Parts: sequence; structure tokens; C-alpha cells
Amino acid sequence: MDLDALLRCVGTTSCVVTQLTSGMIIGMLLFLIASGVTLIFGVLNVINFAHGSLYMIGAYAAWTFYQLTGSYFVSALGAAVAVGVLGVLFERALMSKVYGSNVLMQLLVCYAVVLISDDLIKIIWGPVPLSMGMPPEFRLPPIRFMGGVIPPFYLFMILAAMAIGLLLWLVIVRTRFGSIVRAAAINGPMVSALGIRVNLYYAAVFGIGSALAGAAGALAAPVRSLTPGMGFSILIESFIVTVIGGMGSIVGAFVASIIIGLTRSFGSIGFPLFVDGVMFLIMALVLIFKPSGLFGRAHR
Amino acid sequence: MTSRWRDLGLAGLGLVLLLLVPVFGAPPAIRDFIMFGMAYGLLAMSLNLLIGYTGLVSFGHAMFFAAGAYAFGLAMQSGKFSIPAAFVLAIGFTALMALIVGAICVRLNEIYFAFLTLAFQMLFYNIILGWVSFTGGDQGLMGGIPRPKFLGIDLADRTQLYVFCSVAFVVCIAILRQVVTSPFGYTLRMIRDNQERAAFLGINVTMVKLACFVISACIAGVGGILLTLFVSGAYPNFGFWTTSGEAIFMILLGGSNVFLGPLAGTVILRLLNDITVSYTSHTELVLGIVILVLVLGLRKGPLDLLAERWENRRQAAAQAIRDAADKDAAKGGS
Repeated sequence: MDLDALLRCVGTTSCVVTQLTSGMIIGMLLFLIASGVTLIFGVLNVINFAHGSLYMIGAYAAWTFYQLTGSYFVSALGAAVAVGVLGVLFERALMSKVYGSNVLMQLLVCYAVVLISDDLIKIIWGPVPLSMGMPPEFRLPPIRFMGGVIPPFYLFMILAAMAIGLLLWLVIVRTRFGSIVRAAAINGPMVSALGIRVNLYYAAVFGIGSALAGAAGALAAPVRSLTPGMGFSILIESFIVTVIGGMGSIVGAFVASIIIGLTRSFGSIGFPLFVDGVMFLIMALVLIFKPSGLFGRAHR
Repeated sequence: MTSRWRDLGLAGLGLVLLLLVPVFGAPPAIRDFIMFGMAYGLLAMSLNLLIGYTGLVSFGHAMFFAAGAYAFGLAMQSGKFSIPAAFVLAIGFTALMALIVGAICVRLNEIYFAFLTLAFQMLFYNIILGWVSFTGGDQGLMGGIPRPKFLGIDLADRTQLYVFCSVAFVVCIAILRQVVTSPFGYTLRMIRDNQERAAFLGINVTMVKLACFVISACIAGVGGILLTLFVSGAYPNFGFWTTSGEAIFMILLGGSNVFLGPLAGTVILRLLNDITVSYTSHTELVLGIVILVLVLGLRKGPLDLLAERWENRRQAAAQAIRDAADKDAAKGGS
């Protein structure tokens, strides 16, 4: 517990800028993952407990593509697409079989996928943590802003995540695809009765959610070390984000991700041992006072 | 009433069977297997009170397993408590924790419940990892758990420890049996099958669920205590999410509709584990594939399936007898 350090930090703009950016990159990674979780939940009404594994696979895929092509942008795009395709396969082959079943069966399928993917990662890439290193595209002098230092890649990460989020929101709100998805979220059988092949839309939504996790993995690869099981801790945080923001709400996921990201970055100065505790406290307060989350609709 | 005496008799018989194992000089490996089985069996059996009987799919049950283990281990290492006192203390701590977590979680719907229990488990796990000075962090509680004599019982002795664990195990199973056959247990099933109807009948659904959550957590805590006594230490992976996942898997393997099913599942999973470990280091891969085959292929646990078949056959036989009787009656009448 070192609240003095936190006060001292808040007193200087350089520290505030540094912590804000590191909070924002944590938050934006969380946002990409949580928006996938919340999108899949909102439309398909299942919780993808294996979403963290998709993030992990995205990071490892980006690492491999980067080794092959040497271009970070190509590898990030490739990772997102690959994980998206994998997500569609996962949905068609496994998850779609347990939509009607109880939560226990869905949980077990995801548990199995987490176990299998962790072990496959160990077989393919080895159990030793990998690191990608900063791609040459971003080996630029850091940006100085109000006394603080911002690595260019951080800025890219934040902007890229925001752009992806905005694109997702536009697709959901403005396009025909988006309105069918929203209709399917409210009443799937009715959409199906109108002659729309709703299963394809379910698979597409799962694929988009997975691609978001893959993109998050690719964005995280240069700044995080890649380990089997890296997906699990971020999965828990993305659950917390979806609970705070409200299940099914992308805007809620955005706001809650920033709250959690900033709590993490500033908390690590002021109360490093209690960061997790504070996150849970925020979540518990939301659950007690607004169980549907900050931006969530009341539950059906 | 008679079924209660029958259950107690069966419990006594089970205890006698367990106690016969050392008498016949079973090799230590088998005794160790049984002791592990008892600890994890209590975890799975208590979790099934939530999943199978109440419909509360908890994905964080191992946190209570770890809570019992750590509370007991820390109390014993402090040197201020006798074993029975530490036992009671550890269960009290587990119950308190379950009360707090449960108070937040049991009101939520299924999906929220599953991942909030998971989230709380990870909080507890991170506290264990982070609070190195108190819990030993990722090294676990090192230096062994002291086992002073009490009432003439010396748990440092392997055989006496085995007897103690067997008794505690059978008592816990008997308690669980009492719970599920009591009116409270039928209330749990009603909540599982139709929560609204239960509420209309004047049942305080939240309180009943909370009570069930706390009872189940306490039994899991006893499982943790037994494991701590047995391995003479407590390790963070007792409370890791994979332990919860394993417990759910045990229930799937053994079947949630048969009272002792999860116990059978524990044995099957431990055997499966031991067999795969001897062939490959990729146990997780094998277990994952087994789960997928079971869930997607059979759609339920193999033992549940057998029980269902047996029940169907019995009903068909009963129907055949009734048909025959009807035919006879018709003949007699004509």
C-alpha cells in the first residue's frame, strides 16, 4: 500500500501520461477480447469460456507469420483472419452442438478446448515463453507528450483497437448484416422463419468475435511474452469487463475496459497487492447496484 | 426412516471396506490412490450437490478446496491449535468465504453464476500467489504440516492417518446423503427443476441456494484438509481453475443423477490420468478429447447412461409383467 506514490504520480503530468497510456493499452486489449465475448453472448446466448485460448492462438499465429513474412501488419491481419476461421470451425463443429443443452455441457466443451489448445501450443511452439520483439515498423523514437514518453507502438495499439471497435459498432448498427444479427439476438427462430439462414449468421458472429480475440493476440504479441495458458488470466479480466459494462453491450465493454485498464495501471503504483481486489470490488458494486451492468439491458 | 437406516448401514459397510484395505496389507501405492481419491472425491461429491441437485453450475469450487487446505495448513503451522481445533477453524473459514461469495453469486442467472464463481476463484488463487510472506506464493506451504498427537491419535503414522481420513470421508458422504434425502434436498431439486414454482410455494430460493452453497463448500473444504494432511503441504494449484474443471469432469464421468456417481468419476479420472501419464506427457490433450467425445457423442456421462438404460429395462420388465397380468385377468373374466 503506497498511496503517497500514487498521489505523487498524479501530481506530475509525465507520470500521468505514462500511466494513462499503459492503462489504455491494457484496456484496449481487454476491450477487443471482451467485445468478442459480449457479442457472442448477446447473439448466441452462450459464454465462450475458450475465448482466452483464441487470444493465445492469435498471438502465437502472429509470431509465426512474423517469422515467415517479417511484416508486422501482414502477420497481424493474418492472425486475425486465421483465428476468425478457427472460430467458425469451433462454432460449427463443437459449440453449435450444445446450444440447446445446459450450461454444464457448454462449459465442458470449452474446458476441453482450453485443455487441448494449451497442449497443442506446447507441442507446436514449445513450453518455453516466446517473445516477438518490437517490429522494425515501430522502432521509432518515442513520442514525447507533456513530459511523458509514449512508445509509438502503444499509440498504434490504442488507435487500432479503437478503429476496430468503431468498425464493429458501425457494422452492427448500420448494415443489413448488423440488423439481422441484432434481430437474431432478440428472436432467432423468428429470423429463421423469415427465410434467413440464421445458422450462418451465428457462425459469422462467432467468427467475428474470434477474429477480435485473434487481433488482440496479434496486438499483444510485441509487448507480452507468449506462454501456453496466457489466455486464461485475460479471460477472467474480460469477464469482469463484460459484467461491469453489461452483457451484450459493446459500448459498455469499451467503457468498462478503460475503467479496468486505468485501475490496473494506476493501481499498480498505489496498491499493487490489491489491484485484483479493487477490480472485483468494482464488479461486486456494479452487480449489487445495477446487476445488468452499466450499459446492459435488463435480462430476459 | 428405513431408508435412513439402510444408508447408515451402507456407510458403515463402506467404512469397514475402506479400513480393511490396510489390514490386508495393500501396497502403499493403492493406499495413496485411495487417499487421493477420498480428498478429490469429496470435492466432486460436494460440487454435485450444487450441479446435480440444485442446478448451480459452479466453475470455482476448487477455491473452497484450497481454502480448507490453506486455512488448516496455516493454523497447524502456527502451532497454536490442536488438529481438531484447526479442523473446525478451517471449515469455519471456508464457510465464511462461501457465505460472502455465495451472497454475491447465487442470485444471478446460470451463466453469470458459472463465470463469477470462476472469477472469484481466480481472485483467491491470485491472493495465494501474491501474498508470498503468508502463503508461500507459488511454492505453497512448505516445511510440512505438523501433526501433533490428540486424544491418543497420531496422524504422523500412515495407518492412523488413513483411518482418520476414512472416517472423516465416510462421515462427510453420510452428511451429503442426509442432505439430499431430507426435505431440504427435495427443495433443492425443485429449485433445479422449476425455480419460479418453488418461489410461488413460498420457498426463499436465494436463502436455500446460499445454504446449499455453504454446505457444499464446507464439504469441499474437508476434502482440502484431508489432502493437506496427506501431502503435508498446501499448493496453489489446489485452487487453480483446472482443479475446478477436473471436478466438473469427474461429475460428467461418473454421472450426476446417481448419488455416488461423482465418486466413481473421481476413480475413473484418476485411473485415466495415471494411465495416460504412463504413455504420454500430453495428458491435457487426451483428457480434452475424452471430454469432447463424451459430451458430443454420448451427450451425458457414461454412468448416467448405464443408469438410464437399467431404469428403462426395469420399467419395460415391470410393464411386461403388468401386461401379462392384464392378459390373465382378461382370460379369467371371459
